[in-house]
Amino acid sequence: MTHVLDPNALADPSGGTGAPPDPFADVTRSNDAFRAFLHGLPGVDQVGAEARAKVLGTRSIKTTAKAWAIDTAISMVDLTTLEGADTPGKVRSLAAKARRPDPTDPACPAVAAVCVYGDLAGVAKEALAGTGINVAAVATAFPSGRASREVKLADVRDAVANGADEIDMVIDRGAFLTGRYLDVFEEIVAVKEACGPAHLKVILETGELVTLDAVRRASWLAMLAGGDFIKTSTGKVSPAATLPVCLVMLEAVRDFRAATGRQVGVKPAGGIRTTKDAVKHLVLINETVGADWLSPDWFRFGASSLLNDLLLQRQKLRTGHYSGPDHVSVD
Amino acid sequence: MTSLFEYAPAPESRSIVDIRPSYGLFVDGEFTDGTGTPLKTVNPATEEVLSEVATGSDADVDRAVRAARRAFVKVWGPMRPADRGKYLFRIARLLQERAREFAVLETLDNGKPIRESRDVDVPLAAAHFFYHAGWADKLEHAGLGPAPRPLGVAGQVIPWNFPLLMLAWKIAPALATGNTVVLKPAETTPLTALLFAEICQQADLPPGVVNIVTGAGETGRAVISHPDVDKVAFTGSTEVGRAIARAVAGTEKRLTLELGGKAANIVFDDAPIDQAVEGIVRGIFFNQGHVCCAGSRLLVQESVHDDVVAALQRRIGTLRVGDPMDKNTDLGAINSAEQLARIRELTAFGETEGATCWQPDGDLPDRGFWFKPTVFTDVSPAHRIARDEVFGPVLSVLTFRTPDEAVAKANNTTYGLSAGIWSEKGSRILKVTDQLRAGVVWANTFNEFDPTSPFGGYKQSGYGREGGRQGLAAYLRSDS
Repeated sequence: MTHVLDPNALADPSGGTGAPPDPFADVTRSNDAFRAFLHGLPGVDQVGAEARAKVLGTRSIKTTAKAWAIDTAISMVDLTTLEGADTPGKVRSLAAKARRPDPTDPACPAVAAVCVYGDLAGVAKEALAGTGINVAAVATAFPSGRASREVKLADVRDAVANGADEIDMVIDRGAFLTGRYLDVFEEIVAVKEACGPAHLKVILETGELVTLDAVRRASWLAMLAGGDFIKTSTGKVSPAATLPVCLVMLEAVRDFRAATGRQVGVKPAGGIRTTKDAVKHLVLINETVGADWLSPDWFRFGASSLLNDLLLQRQKLRTGHYSGPDHVSVD
Repeated sequence: MTSLFEYAPAPESRSIVDIRPSYGLFVDGEFTDGTGTPLKTVNPATEEVLSEVATGSDADVDRAVRAARRAFVKVWGPMRPADRGKYLFRIARLLQERAREFAVLETLDNGKPIRESRDVDVPLAAAHFFYHAGWADKLEHAGLGPAPRPLGVAGQVIPWNFPLLMLAWKIAPALATGNTVVLKPAETTPLTALLFAEICQQADLPPGVVNIVTGAGETGRAVISHPDVDKVAFTGSTEVGRAIARAVAGTEKRLTLELGGKAANIVFDDAPIDQAVEGIVRGIFFNQGHVCCAGSRLLVQESVHDDVVAALQRRIGTLRVGDPMDKNTDLGAINSAEQLARIRELTAFGETEGATCWQPDGDLPDRGFWFKPTVFTDVSPAHRIARDEVFGPVLSVLTFRTPDEAVAKANNTTYGLSAGIWSEKGSRILKVTDQLRAGVVWANTFNEFDPTSPFGGYKQSGYGREGGRQGLAAYLRSDS
């Protein structure tokens, strides 16, 4: 899925006869070279990034802008259930909600995808047949990622075989934190290959990477390895998605596109529960990377409870008054 | 590239503030008529006349100084320091309680975005009163001698860029140290000072402790040259500061001056670029660039110049210029027609001198005083736009190759109020900071203010410090 949106960003020395060469092919020739490249990326000043995210969080989004934002946010939701207790019934019920989030209003958009464990991808696929809503499956020994590469790849192949359109993988944080960047890179490359036609979302688990410098490096690593999306968190580690982390990841996809011509999506996941939070993220996109990323093709919310708050706020805009939690379905 | 995401207007309501058709002077705890010709104050975003404000004549100023002297001798001077602190705490709390009112009024009168008056000016003004309230009964522990005593009556003249905040910077330390005050606000922005007078009444501050005399230059001259004023404090232009220094010379009066600046904001090649760009924007476009410590000279290391300028232009493209009352506005109106003319004159110089002028696309409102955020590249230290204080949203970009060159260029100015350094390397920050001749040096940030931190300049940026322990010294007699 290579979208060359900025034709000027990359010169094509082959004279237009073939695909442009990867300008970063050389940086992964050894772990030392890769380390030098990743550590040579511009630093992130944590205080400054937090301040910027905070200021953008104070934008006042009202009336038409709010209505547009709510519908856009709904269309970007990866409606998620990742519990050990998940059953086919629960997944089918979630699929029904994904197709028609607000039964009282057919104009309400559907969500982007339903996100489940790999073994339930088949159930979701069947329940969503013909809707255009994707099935996303978490794989690669989610959420810890602590398994051998063979097991992880088998996990991915299994989920794809079950019908997953999108694979959400976790990176090996242990390898990343010990500086074995090339191992992490190669694993993502292998997973991408195992995905076949399925899109690959690479979960950085930023809560375990801790620093924003590490978030920027991991973002570049995942993009260079071929990830179609970079995703903040599994939702199983706190802190999960935060605005400063999302800001740094957006800057990374912006800079990566400028350097390679390839656009990569961003998915914050975990901890985004309210319409206000979702709107803050849209403002962050709008003022960091612009309208090119304001679509479910390039931005997703990994969330379970966010959708209901979006629906309640949407009903409020429509009717002029707030309704209670029983005016939206539990799942 | 237009965004699908157009923010709908989100105007702050002005109904919270009740602007009277006319205002008098605040002398001896009461509003009284002024004997000078009243002046009109306008909303710079719309040119609407907001109110008519009295002008203090020499006689009015004399009345105010005599009231201040009386209050100093009879009430405020002898008062237990802890009680003075209580008044200051009360004022600080009232400022917080009426914060929205002050923010709206400040934005109407000054033209600055409500986002800044609401999130910066008013909270900082309250913070200054809180901070100084804490000092009121601890002055003997400030390291300024065992028993420092107040000077007496302070004559204070403040500018139009931060009307309420500069008032707080002046009045809070003066009162905390036991002085009384005659303050003259700027002629284009008197309204929040007059609302502050109401706060003084509400706080039951003894009459005469704070007097506010509005007017233009003549009134200010009367305040600073009044023979019974013991201390003069001025924030404003270097030109006026020089005149004040001359007027005060040879008298017993103490003097502090906070004047102009042409701050260097130095970006090294190892800087966190995205945050540096934010800092550059904050440095020069905060408050429409009407900031004496604005980072108006950007010094970029040549190896990252193109990247930084490209990122800066992309970022400026997202700045929202327009109605200051809209909560989403980033850049408001220029404070007066006069200031706008000066900005235009200086930017015209930039182009004739051969610098490259860049402004983002987009329209400005039809009415009011407006100027687009502007970046000059290819600027040389010999250009006037690299030397003169524009006091507007105009940035000059210069380059350097080595840290020594950066320091030499940064210090090559007649001013010395502030500077900024952007680098990931702590040792470089410390070394360069040491070599810069500037009162404040920000590292990986810009335009951060805190009442605990002293603020003031080198060279033609003035003398004396405001804020922190050092700021107290300007209002105290430390000889025993």
